[in-house]
Amino acid sequence: MEKMACVSTVSSRTMFCHLDAPANAISVCRDATQVVVAGRNIFKIYAMEEDGFVERLNLRVGRKPSLNFSCADVMWHQMEENLLATAATNGAVVTWNLARPCRNKQEHLFTEHKRTVNKVCFHPTEVHMLLSGSQDGFMKCFDLRKKESVSTFSGQSESVRDVQFSMKDYFTFAASFENGNVQLWDIRRPDRYERMFTAHTGPVFCCDWHPEDRGWLATGGRDKMVKVWDMTTNRAKEIYCVQTIASVARVKWRPERRWHLATCSMMVDHNIYVWDVRRPFIPFATFEEHKDVTTGIVWSHQHDPYVLLSGSKDSTLYQHIFKDASRPVDRANPEGLCFGLFGDLAFAAKESLMTGEAGRKPYPAGDRRYPIFFFKKPDVTEQFAQVASALSVFESEADGSSRMDWFIKTARRYLLSGKPFAELCDHNAKVAKELNRPQVSTTWTMLRIMFSDPGNPALPANHNMSKLGNIPLMNSFNLKEMSSALNERNKENRQDNLHNLETNLNNDENEETEGSDGQAEYLFGDAELDDDDLYSMEHENQAEEAEFSLPQEAFPLRHEIVDHPSAPEPPAEKPESPQVSGSEAESFCLTPMESISLISVSQLLYQPQLPPSFFCPVVREMLDYYAEQGDVQMAVSVLIVLGDRIRKEIDELTQEHWYMSYIDLLQRFELWNVSNEVIKLSTCSAITCLNQASTTLHINCSNCKRPMSNKGWICDRCHQCASVCAVCHHVVKGLFVWCQGCSHGGHLEHVMEWLKSSNHCPAGCGHLCEYT
Amino acid sequence: MDGRDVVAMWEGLASRDAASRDAAMESLQQEMMRRVESIGPLPETPCSSSASHLNRVLARILMLSKRCPYGDVREKCIWLLRSIQDIGVRIPRPLGNGPSRFIPEKEILQVSKVDARTQSIFEEAFSLGHLDNISLVMGFHPQYLESFLRTQHYLLQMDGPLSLHYRHYIGIMAAARHQCSYLVNLHVNDFLQVGGDPKWLNGLEGAPQKLQALGELNKILAHRPWLLTKTHIESLLKAEENSWSLAELIHAVVLLTHYHSLASFTFGCGITPDIHTDGGHTFRPPSLSGYCVCDIANGNGALEEMLGNQQVAEVSGEVEVLMERMKQLQECRDEEEASQEEMTTRFEREKTESMLVATAEDEECVPSRDVSRHFEDPSYGYQDFSRRGEHVPTFRVQDYSWEDHGFSLVNRLYPDVGQLLDEKFQIAYNLTYNTMATHQGVDTSMLRRAIWNYIHCMFGIRYDDYDYGEINELLDRSFKVYIKTMVCSPEKTTKRMYESFWRQFQHSEKVHVNLLLMEARMQAELLYALRAITRYMT
Repeated sequence: MEKMACVSTVSSRTMFCHLDAPANAISVCRDATQVVVAGRNIFKIYAMEEDGFVERLNLRVGRKPSLNFSCADVMWHQMEENLLATAATNGAVVTWNLARPCRNKQEHLFTEHKRTVNKVCFHPTEVHMLLSGSQDGFMKCFDLRKKESVSTFSGQSESVRDVQFSMKDYFTFAASFENGNVQLWDIRRPDRYERMFTAHTGPVFCCDWHPEDRGWLATGGRDKMVKVWDMTTNRAKEIYCVQTIASVARVKWRPERRWHLATCSMMVDHNIYVWDVRRPFIPFATFEEHKDVTTGIVWSHQHDPYVLLSGSKDSTLYQHIFKDASRPVDRANPEGLCFGLFGDLAFAAKESLMTGEAGRKPYPAGDRRYPIFFFKKPDVTEQFAQVASALSVFESEADGSSRMDWFIKTARRYLLSGKPFAELCDHNAKVAKELNRPQVSTTWTMLRIMFSDPGNPALPANHNMSKLGNIPLMNSFNLKEMSSALNERNKENRQDNLHNLETNLNNDENEETEGSDGQAEYLFGDAELDDDDLYSMEHENQAEEAEFSLPQEAFPLRHEIVDHPSAPEPPAEKPESPQVSGSEAESFCLTPMESISLISVSQLLYQPQLPPSFFCPVVREMLDYYAEQGDVQMAVSVLIVLGDRIRKEIDELTQEHWYMSYIDLLQRFELWNVSNEVIKLSTCSAITCLNQASTTLHINCSNCKRPMSNKGWICDRCHQCASVCAVCHHVVKGLFVWCQGCSHGGHLEHVMEWLKSSNHCPAGCGHLCEYT
Repeated sequence: MDGRDVVAMWEGLASRDAASRDAAMESLQQEMMRRVESIGPLPETPCSSSASHLNRVLARILMLSKRCPYGDVREKCIWLLRSIQDIGVRIPRPLGNGPSRFIPEKEILQVSKVDARTQSIFEEAFSLGHLDNISLVMGFHPQYLESFLRTQHYLLQMDGPLSLHYRHYIGIMAAARHQCSYLVNLHVNDFLQVGGDPKWLNGLEGAPQKLQALGELNKILAHRPWLLTKTHIESLLKAEENSWSLAELIHAVVLLTHYHSLASFTFGCGITPDIHTDGGHTFRPPSLSGYCVCDIANGNGALEEMLGNQQVAEVSGEVEVLMERMKQLQECRDEEEASQEEMTTRFEREKTESMLVATAEDEECVPSRDVSRHFEDPSYGYQDFSRRGEHVPTFRVQDYSWEDHGFSLVNRLYPDVGQLLDEKFQIAYNLTYNTMATHQGVDTSMLRRAIWNYIHCMFGIRYDDYDYGEINELLDRSFKVYIKTMVCSPEKTTKRMYESFWRQFQHSEKVHVNLLLMEARMQAELLYALRAITRYMT
């Protein structure tokens, strides 16, 4: 009886037939010889034969068929081959008996639901038991020997989208709801569900019990996810999650393949996907025949994993054969590339590609390509193509400017407020100088000269002016020409570099990274190592990210950082080798212009009445230049320090943009304090309000663990004082400080006092609290 | 004081921080006094630019004195106006009474005093500069208002495929279709503020080709959405250099439907112009006769209240009858089952009957030139769904619903908006306080569903699982007239219609009905538009 898998050989080819109307659902009989198709205007039975589908029976009889024929769902009984049930859009549940002698095969009509019935489900082993789930929020269990439902289960007026009897547990069924919940019920207890959990955001359209694994339930929702839940544990645990590209309308486990399931979507996407839940990024196989959304999928036989039937809104019924399916993994590119925060670059590619690279020198210091510590053991049960990729990590040189150290140090040490303008400039100039950024340093000095009050000759840094001040002035007066020239040069550089980098990438860079082993390992130490499976990074997840355009995007970025210190090179200098390194950049020369610049300085000195606003256009250009160069830090810092002097020159949107980029950068480097200072000092309303957002602190009651809504110290639910000081045992109504380790705490002063004398938690829990 | 400082000062008045409000108020007073003195007493030359500027500022202060959610600002503004008046400068007074012509002002303003949540929403809206009369009226239902404002803010201000001035212009187009000058004026200001080209405002011909192409969609969506086909969509998406992208189109469609339905609400609740805009205030001294007429007509006079009470007494029992019917329906539904044919005919009957419900007295209102220039073909209006001759297939919700299909499409092309709209629809549909007039603890779901489905029925959308006979039981004729007018040709709504339905119900309940109508209409239009787009995509 069970061994009917041979059936599949009878008609094992992809075939289809046209229906007269869009289908809403399909179902097969147990021996996989016939399929029923139901929809708003169709209700037919087709036989699957060797040379195609043959219409056997039209159940839609009568001259003007009623809405009872307008089916949302259909199910063929898996034990009684003459028995069918349909769910009608008008709320009727109908059963059909094919053995009836007359044309009208309708047997029972249950009109107990008040809204559309979304799903009907026969019990897998009990012949007379039928379950239905409706939009009106009720699930009803019918005994087909009676004229009415035997029990009603209430979902608290939340619409039921799917109901499924468990394959293994006789009494259990699962129901999925429009609000994202899934409930488990015991058929004997209609008063209350056994268990409920939130599975998705938005409606859960479908659920399916695993045919073999007791307690595995797959759910699919409007949030485009398919989730697999393990229900055997105390709390339903999500064990797998597949992200699809459209809302999931149906999900069906593949027979005989433990990790496979098929899904189809309700909107936009017409394909049917078969997923290996362990490989959630690329579908194992896809069927792409339908021209409109697929509405029903069903495996032809409970022991045949190779034949899938599907009905669609495009009015076709398909039989898909697995060997005709397309395998997306074959077309995927297992390459990936990513930049680290500190300018490091990780690059993964197919191993064959890497080793086959022409002209590649062996590395003197051993292979710096990341030791493939995560080789995946090929798993026979997993029929995925095995792709081995090699991962290389290129670190930027330790002292080079492409490391972002300068950024962090600058951010920490710059002063943006709190002192007179001139002092701020001087301080910042000094900081920049110490960090080997002469151009930035001179810019600061120059700003001081430009904007300091000319009527006040007693400037503290006056003596600098003749020595240092001339250089930047020259630069900025010529900034326009220079930057255009530079841009051109940069472009050239970039292209050359890109070329160079692509061919020599590994060699060059690896020589540079010698001797920094420790750092490198740290980089990936926490990436995937803790995976019990030693799940490898170089499989399809990388392939997903790989795109051909990536290298082009990524390299210039890197280049810019490397190249940045060389920016002030005067245009007179000839373009030199494209590999500009940080050290070369520092020795920029200014010979051809020196004399001119001196003149301009002296002019300035003799006309101290020049209004500061005279410089505004120049400074604006300078800021634009820095921002363009990627040094938004400079742009924002100057903006803040200059304050009103420059603010009106630059339009709000640009300012906001700069602030946002800088804050984003700071936060990536976890420089929270600096970022907060910047937010505070900014004058854009859009930025300052960042500090106002999400200032709410949500707390849970320490007794009943539920959120406290009203007051901070007394819980509405359990009427207990929630925040009691661990030291004085009084309720804290003001500042409450608590340890994030053991969550005990109390009055700020008390806790401070306590921790001066003791390291342990005042509550006596034994935790070593720290107060900083 | 230059422009920037003035902006900062107005912003300061909207701040939540009492101290900065104080400071801003202080500088406002100084500024006003300086200005008033510079003009001198009794400026009898209204054309001078400084005087007209002063009047604008005065109007704004007047608005603050009435509408600012902060008591301190209100008081000080009143005081300021008085002291300016004492100097001898003519000050404005509000024209009309309150945010709505239908609802007494004090009832609306009372809301924020009682409900802390409403108050905080108002404060937030005020600080964003959006505390308009619509929001004030919606303040009866803070839960909905919050979602509404969030959605509207997202549609107009946040990330989206369309540029800001396009969004406001589309808003203008949509509102103009219903001759809703209130919304048009509101968005003309916003449009200019975000840098829109004033030439566009001369008429649709002045706008770019791309927007002109949207005119057709606007027209069909507003009046006969069931005629929308995928060819309409295709012509928008494939128009050479003027073509729309799918994402832009979705954004535009959401905006259009939003403003069509908002126009319905505006007329349905008789929203009056905001105080500080044109038509919201006057500088003329109140004449005695004018005062009385206007006040009574706007439901503010004591006399009116007495009359109203009498009326209520006459028709008392209306609510009880309605409740009784609901109860009956609930009970007998299980017993007597109508046959399928019967159900179909009931839907058809309701459909055709909705056609017979005359929308309004045949006063042919010619759209004022001012507003009508924003759209073409002013003669195109609502036409009944089922007319002899042309047969449009019924739209079955079970085949294309918002929850299953519309949401996914919108969210795919315009992320987050699907979520926001979904929330808004749900709040509007599920909103209930379990009260009816003076009765507590009533399950109103049946009534709400009847209203919702009746509106969808007028657009030819059918629910398989609904018995349209219920509508006949629950909605009486005057209510149907109101619904039909408001949904199909809102510009014809009159105060009499508003008053003639559900006389015993409270204003907040009528506003609730308006919210339902507005959302149901929006969803109906959206469904048709999204279905056409889906069909185009497949």
